[in-house]
Amino acid sequence: MKFQIEEVTVYFPYDNIYPEQYTYMVELKRALDAKGHCLLEMPTGTGKTIALLSLITSYALAKTESPIKLIYCTRTVHEMEKTLAELKFLHNYQVKHLGAAAKMLAIGLSSRKNLCVNPKVSSAENRDSVDAACRKLTASWVRSMAAENPNQPTCEFYENYDRAAGGAVLPAGVYTLEDLRAFGKEKGWCPYFLARHMVQFANVVVYSYQYLLDPKVAGIISKEMQKESVVVFDEAHNIDNVCIEALSVSVRRQTLEGAIRNISRIENEIDRFKDIDAGRLRAEYNRLVEGLALRGDLSASDAWLANPALPDDILRQAVPGNIRRAEHFLHVLRRLVQYLKVKLDTDKVEKESPVSFVASINSDAGIDQKALKFCYDRLHSLLMTLEITDTDEFLHIQTICDFATLVGTYARGFSIIIEPFDERMPLIPDPVLQLCCHDASLAIKPVFDRFQSVVITSGTLSPIDLYPRLLNFHPVVSRSFKMSLTRDCICPMVLTRGSDQLPVSTKFDMRSDPGVVRNYGKLLVEMVSIVPDGIVCFFVSYSYMDGIINSWNESGILKDIMQHKLVFIETQDVVETTLALDNYRRACDCGRGAVFFSVARGKVAEGIDFDRHYGRLVIMFGVPFQYTESKILRARLEYLRDTFQIKEGDFLTFDALRQAAQCVGRVIRSKADYGMMIFADKRYSRHDKRSKLPGWILSHLRDANLNLSTDMALHIAREFLRKMAQPYEKTGSTTGRKTLLSQEDVEKLGGNGAQEMLY
Amino acid sequence: MSSGQVTKRVKYKTSVKDAGTPGRLSLVKERLLFRPNNPNSASKLDMQFKYITNHRYTKEGSNKAPMLNLTSNQGVSYIFEFERYEDLHICRDFVGRALAPPVEAPNLGASSQIPSEQPSRDDLLFRARLLQDSSELQKLHQQFVGGGVLTEAEFWATRKKLLEKDSNTKSKQRGGLKSSVLGESKPLIDGRTNRVTFNLTPEIVREIFSEKPAVHRAYLNFVPSKVTEKDFWTKYFRAEYLQRSKNIAAAIAEAAEDEELAIFLKPDDILANETRRKIRRVDPTLDMEADQGDDYSHLPDHGILRDGSKEVPEPGNELYQRTLLQDLNRHAAVVLQGTPIDEEQLKDTQTVAEALERSKQERSTASKDDDSMADKERLKGISQAMTIDDLRGSNDHHLAPLWIKDPRDYFDSQQASSFRTSMEATKGSMSSQEAYGLLRESISQIKSVGMNHPIVAPEVAQKVLSVLTHNISSTKYNLGKKPGESLLDSLPTSVRDELLHHHISIEELMKHFWSSYPITTKYLNTKVTKLKDEMSKMDSQLQKLKETVQPDIRHQITLLIRPMQQALEAAMQHYDAEQQKRASKAREKPNGYS
Repeated sequence: MKFQIEEVTVYFPYDNIYPEQYTYMVELKRALDAKGHCLLEMPTGTGKTIALLSLITSYALAKTESPIKLIYCTRTVHEMEKTLAELKFLHNYQVKHLGAAAKMLAIGLSSRKNLCVNPKVSSAENRDSVDAACRKLTASWVRSMAAENPNQPTCEFYENYDRAAGGAVLPAGVYTLEDLRAFGKEKGWCPYFLARHMVQFANVVVYSYQYLLDPKVAGIISKEMQKESVVVFDEAHNIDNVCIEALSVSVRRQTLEGAIRNISRIENEIDRFKDIDAGRLRAEYNRLVEGLALRGDLSASDAWLANPALPDDILRQAVPGNIRRAEHFLHVLRRLVQYLKVKLDTDKVEKESPVSFVASINSDAGIDQKALKFCYDRLHSLLMTLEITDTDEFLHIQTICDFATLVGTYARGFSIIIEPFDERMPLIPDPVLQLCCHDASLAIKPVFDRFQSVVITSGTLSPIDLYPRLLNFHPVVSRSFKMSLTRDCICPMVLTRGSDQLPVSTKFDMRSDPGVVRNYGKLLVEMVSIVPDGIVCFFVSYSYMDGIINSWNESGILKDIMQHKLVFIETQDVVETTLALDNYRRACDCGRGAVFFSVARGKVAEGIDFDRHYGRLVIMFGVPFQYTESKILRARLEYLRDTFQIKEGDFLTFDALRQAAQCVGRVIRSKADYGMMIFADKRYSRHDKRSKLPGWILSHLRDANLNLSTDMALHIAREFLRKMAQPYEKTGSTTGRKTLLSQEDVEKLGGNGAQEMLY
Repeated sequence: MSSGQVTKRVKYKTSVKDAGTPGRLSLVKERLLFRPNNPNSASKLDMQFKYITNHRYTKEGSNKAPMLNLTSNQGVSYIFEFERYEDLHICRDFVGRALAPPVEAPNLGASSQIPSEQPSRDDLLFRARLLQDSSELQKLHQQFVGGGVLTEAEFWATRKKLLEKDSNTKSKQRGGLKSSVLGESKPLIDGRTNRVTFNLTPEIVREIFSEKPAVHRAYLNFVPSKVTEKDFWTKYFRAEYLQRSKNIAAAIAEAAEDEELAIFLKPDDILANETRRKIRRVDPTLDMEADQGDDYSHLPDHGILRDGSKEVPEPGNELYQRTLLQDLNRHAAVVLQGTPIDEEQLKDTQTVAEALERSKQERSTASKDDDSMADKERLKGISQAMTIDDLRGSNDHHLAPLWIKDPRDYFDSQQASSFRTSMEATKGSMSSQEAYGLLRESISQIKSVGMNHPIVAPEVAQKVLSVLTHNISSTKYNLGKKPGESLLDSLPTSVRDELLHHHISIEELMKHFWSSYPITTKYLNTKVTKLKDEMSKMDSQLQKLKETVQPDIRHQITLLIRPMQQALEAAMQHYDAEQQKRASKAREKPNGYS
């Protein structure tokens, strides 16, 4: 359908539209007009992504004089694929109705691991070895060597791409990773470098958060994006965690040992170069004297991970004199590693601020702050000079240099914590020195400064006033949308008691109680026998899930469950989990039905949808609190309290409940879909916990469902499923308020009618 | 047209599609001759009519060429294409006369009522196979066709659908696997000695082999050339036992000494390869591996290691660590995939192992072909899943038809479970105390007001009560306790089988009986008479069955038999009524249709 929002004609690829999608678009357009940032919470299952995509692309089509680019950030690659699939659908529609004028270029960008088509390179095991294998074939010195020596292997895809030079362009269209690979194979061009090149020209770029937030990656990929861009962070409820992780480094014993090996290898290389090509090292020295840390014009294939510090904080100065010479720099590194080794050799937990840490390095190891700050640039330059291609071998020394650069750059918002062992496993010594960032606003600040509009959106951003504080920005629009439902297609319940009427909880003193374990098991056994197709269960942690499944296995509960449905489980192995998910879906597709066991903060909870028959019921066993004894968490809470006046308990509850809401929110995809959500813990019945859930869940949580036992929940579930099986009026015209708008309705609404209708 | 001889120009074909050999067809009194125009052609024909069993021809007005198809008693067909329909008719009549039995001239109208079309050899073979596959069908066939009640053709005429459907989809649906883990069945531990006993059935073997291809390979390689079957399994379970007791140190020690034992403890390399192959074909919208490949924040040692939300995997010996979770995932995957081994093949370990091996090879060749197909399907599926259902118009989903292997089992268990839930519901809605309270209330009410008039007539109440209790007393305890259990299962097997057989036979008879009405031909008349005799026989058999069973189940039997008897009675009544009507009609019109 096609309709007007003020002066913009919006092309929407469906015949009908939900009223909340319409208002969402109106709000979004306001933010774009104001060239400001916005924060929008809209329930899952109301077609957020498609509304967003169609408004922004239509906006770009309407404002041809100042074209805007859309940078769409997803948390994961599979979400990227989903977004691109929706975009493809939209694009087809727009081209059909507008003709060639609507043509655009949209690409998904990922790492070499996911894009490489060279069979030799892509068969490498992990990301880093793929990167290194690629570099071995495409680095500029390797290629110049190959020009002289025909036996030197190169990558034909890269060579073809390079030869085509300016001619290597992607025709307009929407490209998923698979499409890019197919296109690359067909043309014989390297899809990875082609995609990276095309990012500058594309109308829509879809990639992962880190490509904007993590300075190491953003420095090479995203530095040329124009200011007239709209940046969207989808599913952004965890964005603060991504931000602080991007600036954190931890150093373990293995890291230091690896770093020592790296240093000796570099030393050997330097000696070798001294013998054969001493001029090169001298040239590097001269360049550093002139003040250029890096050669300005690196070819794309040489680029490595960029500086870990944020772009504004990198000093544009000459590298200090004491680390200009390669040997001197190596000495500094050796002393640094030695110092860290001593530090790590402690038997008690230590916490320090970066300032005092830098001071003690200066006094004990004789390395000043400025030298620390330049560590990363200096190492990068040295590795380039030494023409090192197997970068995956040098990750350890890079970690050390990243650490040094960060600790030298930032005095505020960080702390250094040294732990001799993991608190949960006090018997296993595993000392870690962690530089952890507490301030999420640091990493995201350059994004807010650089781009004219940043949209932060998710199904769970409650409480919505917290995010601007955490991320330190001022949205021009900040709205939370309700869900207008044709029928009560979600059914949240709080289960506080088991079948024997005893309370259930994963509170620390109760979680290992056999009665609780049995009650949880009985709940699932009852539910699998009445709920059709897929059921998803979330546990608070891996170790808890592992323990509970083992005891269910011993007590025969698992066997009872398996009589009704197949069981699939998320494990720590990503490959195995992916296959388990794939099988789970097939089991639901073929009608056999299955249960999926997963973990609240795990990879599955982060972005896999359990919509339609893939999830008719979610059970959240317990409240997914973080491990509150963690030193890093404590430090962060302290920082939040001192800087933003956020109370510790509030933050912990907020964090646990957003995870829980995220887990259960994955069952709904559209208003035609339906699903139940069981919060199985007595603590959910307390108002202070419950009220942190997003409004669209709370509005369906009836008072009668706040304090249920297993048998009552079972009864409600039966009733609910029976009700959902009935045919219903899609447009909701019987209830007075329309929940599905046709073309006609939208036209009637005009500019402001939607408000009245919804609220 | 002399009746002695007919000669026409024709094309002789061996099949309809054949271009044909032009020539002349001569029909003489007892034989037919075909002479090709080209005298060198091999397709000369000279045969007697008595070898020809059947003839068919194209109808005038259909846009096909005029053709006559003669089938010999060897199943070979001879097709002649004529130039004009007139020629065809002349020859058809000639052949018809020649083929007809000398006395009774065939009336074409009547003969079409008799399903007498001769089956081809393929059909016969197929029927034989159907009979072989289903013992029920075989029994029926024996009883009715063997007993002369029905002819072969009649019997199959009602099963046309069976013949068609099965010949279209030759492959049968295979039964699925059970969801529960068999191999996990707990070992029996003898309390006094240190002996641990594992039970092994072919079913468990099948499960072990398909879930752990490395064990399967080891079995094929070692047994019986290197170790005996018994030793093999002893070692296997020893390894399992070590695994389960989580005694990693002991497992490592034993594995170091015994290389065969080590095989069972090592991670499965065949599985690992398969995993690598599968992960490439996984739906990209859930590919978390790709995600890991894109995650630069989690370079080794970057990001936050111990922030209270992440967990560090327990360090341990990777080599000998297989968790329950992995086993469960693997098991579910195998169940989902299904196994190619039929129940009949579940005889002993060796056959299971070999059958699995064979099917694996087949599958590996097959899977290469459908890789690209699967890719396309997958992409289509994604784009379909992406769209929001209710925003767009209707989208017809093509559903696979429901195929229930044993309908009786299915519906009985449904009924039983619904019975159970209704029982629970009534039980749950009122506690015994409440009920007691209500009772007391009503009693006190009656006491104060007094009973004015009985609510129901005492005789009726008595009758209802006796019927109800009669029913309840015996069935209450057997019925509906467990899903899957039905009234039939509570009967002795012999009685049950007999009952079921009777039921099916009666069904068959009824089908034939009612489809014969209205009776328009003599043939149908005789058929109905035969059927009626059989039905009365069946009735008496049922009566006998009812009398011979033990008294404690007689009530159930009566309940079960009653509908069958009713069906028989209805049919016989109809027969009698019809017979009377016919007799009176025959009297009125003596030259009527018999």
